Amino acid sequence: MGAYVVRRLFFSLFVLWGAVTIIFVVLRLVPGDPAYIMLGPDADQAQVAALRAQLGLDQSLIQQYATYLANVVHLDFGESFRLNADSMSLVLQRVPATIQLATTALLLSLLIGLPLGVIAALRAHSWVDRAISVFSLMGQSTPSFWLGIVLILVFARGLKVLPSAGSGSWAHLVLPTITLALPFLAILVRLTRSGLLEVVHEGYVQTARAKGLGEGIVVLVHAMRNALIPIVTVVGLQFGALLGGTVIVETVFAWPGVGRLLIDSIGRRDYGVVQASILLVATIFVLINLLVDLLYGFLDPRVRLAGD
Amino acid sequence: MVLLSVRDLRVEFATSGGVVTAVDGASFDVGSGETVALLGESGSGKSVTAQAVMGIVPKPAGRVCGGSISYDGRDLLAPGVAKGLRGREIAMVFQDPLSSLNPVFRVGAQIGEMFRRHRGASRREARAAALDLMKRVGIPAASKRLDDYPHQFSGGMRQRVMIAMALALSPRLLIADEPTTALDVTVQAQIMDLLTRLQAEEGMSLVLITHDLGVVAGVADRVILMYAGRVVETGSLREVYEHSGHPYTSGLMASVPAVDGPRDRLVPIQGSPPDLLSLPSGCSFRPRCQYADEQCAEVEPVLRQLPDRPSTHQAACHHPEGVLTDVH
Repeated sequence: MGAYVVRRLFFSLFVLWGAVTIIFVVLRLVPGDPAYIMLGPDADQAQVAALRAQLGLDQSLIQQYATYLANVVHLDFGESFRLNADSMSLVLQRVPATIQLATTALLLSLLIGLPLGVIAALRAHSWVDRAISVFSLMGQSTPSFWLGIVLILVFARGLKVLPSAGSGSWAHLVLPTITLALPFLAILVRLTRSGLLEVVHEGYVQTARAKGLGEGIVVLVHAMRNALIPIVTVVGLQFGALLGGTVIVETVFAWPGVGRLLIDSIGRRDYGVVQASILLVATIFVLINLLVDLLYGFLDPRVRLAGD
Repeated sequence: MVLLSVRDLRVEFATSGGVVTAVDGASFDVGSGETVALLGESGSGKSVTAQAVMGIVPKPAGRVCGGSISYDGRDLLAPGVAKGLRGREIAMVFQDPLSSLNPVFRVGAQIGEMFRRHRGASRREARAAALDLMKRVGIPAASKRLDDYPHQFSGGMRQRVMIAMALALSPRLLIADEPTTALDVTVQAQIMDLLTRLQAEEGMSLVLITHDLGVVAGVADRVILMYAGRVVETGSLREVYEHSGHPYTSGLMASVPAVDGPRDRLVPIQGSPPDLLSLPSGCSFRPRCQYADEQCAEVEPVLRQLPDRPSTHQAACHHPEGVLTDVH
């Protein structure tokens, strides 16, 4: 098991290298020079050239890439062009807010998604099941930016019961959490329903009934534990989409997290901050995937023992 | 004394092709301490009959739509009755022990669950009881294997685990649905020995569901033959083997190769089992039967005593005389 984790972590380094390389290339392919953007339209050529030299942008791309990689290894992304502070520190300051939002969204999805999925499976093909299916289909197809704005219009502008933007209290969390959670929740409902329907006709579920166990135990213990195996995998993978979703949700609700910092920094071609954010998000994603794999082994003893 | 009594049982399944009557008016009794073999090919309704007795007919496709099942004077079809008896009084062992055991729980826990959920035993008590049971069903090094998972056991050992689980609360009726079908031949005999030994020790009734005449031969007091959801013949093992009164039974007997018999070609029953969606009128065996006439097409035969045979030997055939004289 230990060797497996070490091997996985080692391969994760390649994934992260890929992420930092892609973002390096993409940032430089996008039109717009940081020096021009920072100095504004009135700057003359000499000023721009001076700033480019100061930022190291006058070097060849290969040279820039080599310096960049060497610095990334030390987690040094340089100063933010825009905020005059260490890029990584700027990103790290924003991490708690994003984690708070992602965690509440995940919890909300699990608390509502799993039970709804179970109910839909137990009442398969009934009107309850259909209603839940329609809800989850709508949830999956509603774009976050639209839902966010509608929620703001209804609850902040219309009913005036919740703040429309910013952070600081639990009330501030409500609307962004719902917006971020909905698509994830919807996927979870569908996964739980189909996962449970797949196992309810298995022999061991029949055995559990034949043992005289209550229907609750049959479904929630004997069937659900098996149904969870594929659910956990997809939930882990979808968590990446949830992190991606924070970019939009944080922007709509002016939530001071990494996502919004990332968007602002991309707009200003603030290379250091963008690269630091991407590396951080990629790292979280890789670690969650590793965690899912380990959890998978925990849930399915057949996988665990085969790996030993 | 009659422990289980099934009367005119009807079980239907809704399928995409229409409603299938899997069990169509089956009636039989199982006495206290008796071993009864429920024989029949796939689709004859024997497993569904067992599911109906246990109250675990798969829903919502299947439903018991007629007849009665009484166990020790209690109506098993009344709401909640079967639920209260499952596991405690009536237990069941299934055909494929790998798919019947939950892959994600340790076998000790799966056996111990019987004591924890039904008797409120503590984790430790349940574990000790599970260990005793595993020893009793002959699992070697049981104390080491308590914490193993089903996939770490061989087929025979898995079936022993299933049997241990079924016997946990000393049921009075054990239904074994093809308990040896998924196992190697050598292991089959061991499992049958185990079942009969435990049955004798516990004094319980055993309903042995099988399509394998060889499995039945050594153990059953009585056999019940099912065909297309109906009971076609019932009687003591010897009676049915030696004086088959139904053409289906005699056909089955004729198709069994005998070790000491003549080395001829096996004699199969002509045709194939009927499609339950479109059963023939009258007797369902009619299209495959050499004795069939107009009466067989018009009137569904009922179980009745065979001429010159004991009252317990009954067959559902309009022409048992022909069968009896031709075969014997």
